[in-house]
Amino acid sequence: MPPAVRLRAAVALTGRFPALAGADLIVERGEVVVVQGPNGAGKTTLLRFCAGLLVPSSGEASVLGYDLYRERQEVRRRVGLLGHSSFLYDDLSVDENMRFAARAARVPVGDIDDAAQMMGLGGRLQRTAVGRLSAGQRRRAALAVLVARRPELWLLDEPHASLDAAARSLLGDLVVAAAAGGASVLLVSHEPEASLELATRVVTMAGGRVVPADRVVPADRVVPAEMGSGANVA
Amino acid sequence: MWRDALLVAGKDLRIELRSRVVLNQVLPFGVLVLVLFALALGPGRSTLLQAAPGLFWVAVLFSSVLAVQRSFAIEATDGTRDGLRLAGLEPAGVFLGKAAAVAVQLAALEIVLGAGVVFLYGAGVRSLWGVTGACLLATLGLAASGTIYGALAVGLEVRETLLPFLLLPVVAPVLLAGTRAWQAALSTGAGSAGSLHGAGFLGGAGFLGGGDPWIGLLAVFAAVYLSLGVLVFGSIEEAA
Amino acid sequence: MTGISNGVTAGSGSNPGLGPRVPPGSWSRRTTWIVRSVGLAAFVGVAATVWLGLWVTPPGETMGNLVRLVYVHPAVAWIALYVAFGTVGIASALWLWPRTRSSFFDRLAASAMEVGTVFTGLTLVTGSIWGRTTWGVWWAWDARLTSTALLFVLQLGYLALRRVPSEPDTRARRSAVAALVSALDVPIVHFSVLWWRTLHQQATVLTPTLSVKIYGSMAWTMLLGFVAFTLLFFWMLAIRMRSAAIEDYLDEAGLDSVLEERWAEGGVLGVGGRAVHEASVEDLETGARAGDLPLLRGGDAPDGREAPGKVPVEAGRGVEP
Repeated sequence: MPPAVRLRAAVALTGRFPALAGADLIVERGEVVVVQGPNGAGKTTLLRFCAGLLVPSSGEASVLGYDLYRERQEVRRRVGLLGHSSFLYDDLSVDENMRFAARAARVPVGDIDDAAQMMGLGGRLQRTAVGRLSAGQRRRAALAVLVARRPELWLLDEPHASLDAAARSLLGDLVVAAAAGGASVLLVSHEPEASLELATRVVTMAGGRVVPADRVVPADRVVPAEMGSGANVA
Repeated sequence: MWRDALLVAGKDLRIELRSRVVLNQVLPFGVLVLVLFALALGPGRSTLLQAAPGLFWVAVLFSSVLAVQRSFAIEATDGTRDGLRLAGLEPAGVFLGKAAAVAVQLAALEIVLGAGVVFLYGAGVRSLWGVTGACLLATLGLAASGTIYGALAVGLEVRETLLPFLLLPVVAPVLLAGTRAWQAALSTGAGSAGSLHGAGFLGGAGFLGGGDPWIGLLAVFAAVYLSLGVLVFGSIEEAA
Repeated sequence: MTGISNGVTAGSGSNPGLGPRVPPGSWSRRTTWIVRSVGLAAFVGVAATVWLGLWVTPPGETMGNLVRLVYVHPAVAWIALYVAFGTVGIASALWLWPRTRSSFFDRLAASAMEVGTVFTGLTLVTGSIWGRTTWGVWWAWDARLTSTALLFVLQLGYLALRRVPSEPDTRARRSAVAALVSALDVPIVHFSVLWWRTLHQQATVLTPTLSVKIYGSMAWTMLLGFVAFTLLFFWMLAIRMRSAAIEDYLDEAGLDSVLEERWAEGGVLGVGGRAVHEASVEDLETGARAGDLPLLRGGDAPDGREAPGKVPVEAGRGVEP
């Protein structure tokens, strides 16, 4: 089976800016890869690129075996992106949003109620228009839509933002379950304590590229204590 | 393709049912245009009657720009169409679905505006078939070309100003054809004006082999832009 | 046309930012020669048309000196409506067709539309002058002038759309679609406006534009005008395309330097990276449990960049109840 993500010197432009400036990355099936890096490193672009939203300018790029030059349509149908914006229709209910997403992705809609229930959006909330939900609930709804789509590659951009403790642990369960089911997860996070415990591997981005492991700066340079604690060294 | 089209059209119409933006904003705007024309042209019945078909279609054209903008505003979270693209739908299906939803809304709008023309301007309907036939075909053409341009402009910061500039010249033939077809189908007042138009119209029809050239033109327009949309919508989606 | 393409396409690779490029504006010797001869022929032809039109041919029987517009107006209109729009439509379709996609066709469409707009403007001006003296008004809603005016607005719309700043590929895609929409509209506009004039007010229909009796030297001058203005169009097109190629080149050259700047940003490693690394080293030291869970197996970094022998940047997931 081809890897979930395979990038070789991939360049992608946003406007005229090479947000992705020759990235190399391979994500195997079942992996949970956490992407870290400073602001402007190209992390969000990497996710959008892998979601088939950007056209490669050069380099090799394929997702789930589909070429990003020619087969972005196939890619989009099979990945799930949780972005900064929620991609929900405010005027439709959570349930309608989930149904639309599932039908569009050609996935059966049978277990949508369960998915909504699981994200704590069952009952009345499931029939509430998304525009009337709180920020945290919207985030949950976006996750529920993702679950309904059953993606083969999960692309999570700062998924912990505006989620409460309960939702965060739910998210963790989702990621683990997805990976166990053979899907892959690419997770961008500035909150190592929340994401590192999920990761099978961590990669660092800087300047629009994935930094080779042998160039990562030794540990004695920066040691924010609370970040180290996130690794759950018990 | 048809499955995706139904899905998208259903979604768009459901959003309209909930938000009622077209009903509460675009429709009153169309009626307002009719009233403004009356104010500009003066209260003389005969002037208004003569101009009625043209004014109706100008109002429809302006409203269709707004309807198209609304149709893509619901997709534009943060000014992009990422959501719709990420859904993984077939581009041709998305095009047909969005065009169908716009067409349904425009058709509803035309019914009200048509009633407005009868009510405000005192026009009478001579041939219901001619009126509705022209409306149906023109609506398809407007929805198709509008959806193409709406999708082209959606990611742009200047879309509000650019879309009317791009769309209105393209749909000018719809204005011409719709107006002439309506002039033939409406009794736009007794006497000289009506008979002049009627004579001109019949002469033209005879010249073109008995067919109704304006209805034919509207049909060609709709067919051309529906096909073009199905063919190129994939390319447009990539340009967002 | 094919001669022009040789030199210009070589100037831009399909991969912006990477790979060596031939500097733009460097047409092959043959192309340069062809373009120059076309330009020279165009200028000689236009000059000859002016001379023949103004001094040699006789004034018209009914129209007087105004008849001399016949050497300019139809030729210019022909280029604006058929040659330019045809070129734009075909070039745009070829760009959209994946097999023939090339930045050459994008430049061809854009340049033809720009030059064509100039000719459309000239058509409107000359037609309007004709109308002023024939009908006494600058604008008589004549069928051809009206449809030309609509097409003029379409062209301006295309150029406005093109001017919106965006990525080259996006701009090309968007422009190509808009061009096709406009090009398909040309015949529809033409017929609708024609019928609009002829079906309406049949009795008072005005004399068709520029239907003048042509004979002898007039016919030859008119023919020369067609040839001269056509050559002029293609010469302007070639020149415009070369400057478009240079613009593209400058954009891409700019991209090279931006790419380097972008890489430089990563020269000093990101704070996040260090923090992560810190965590993973601790993990290793305390015996991280990567591999304890089935889903974590195969989580080795297959990325070739991660050299063996180095500390793997991995973090185990804490097993919690």
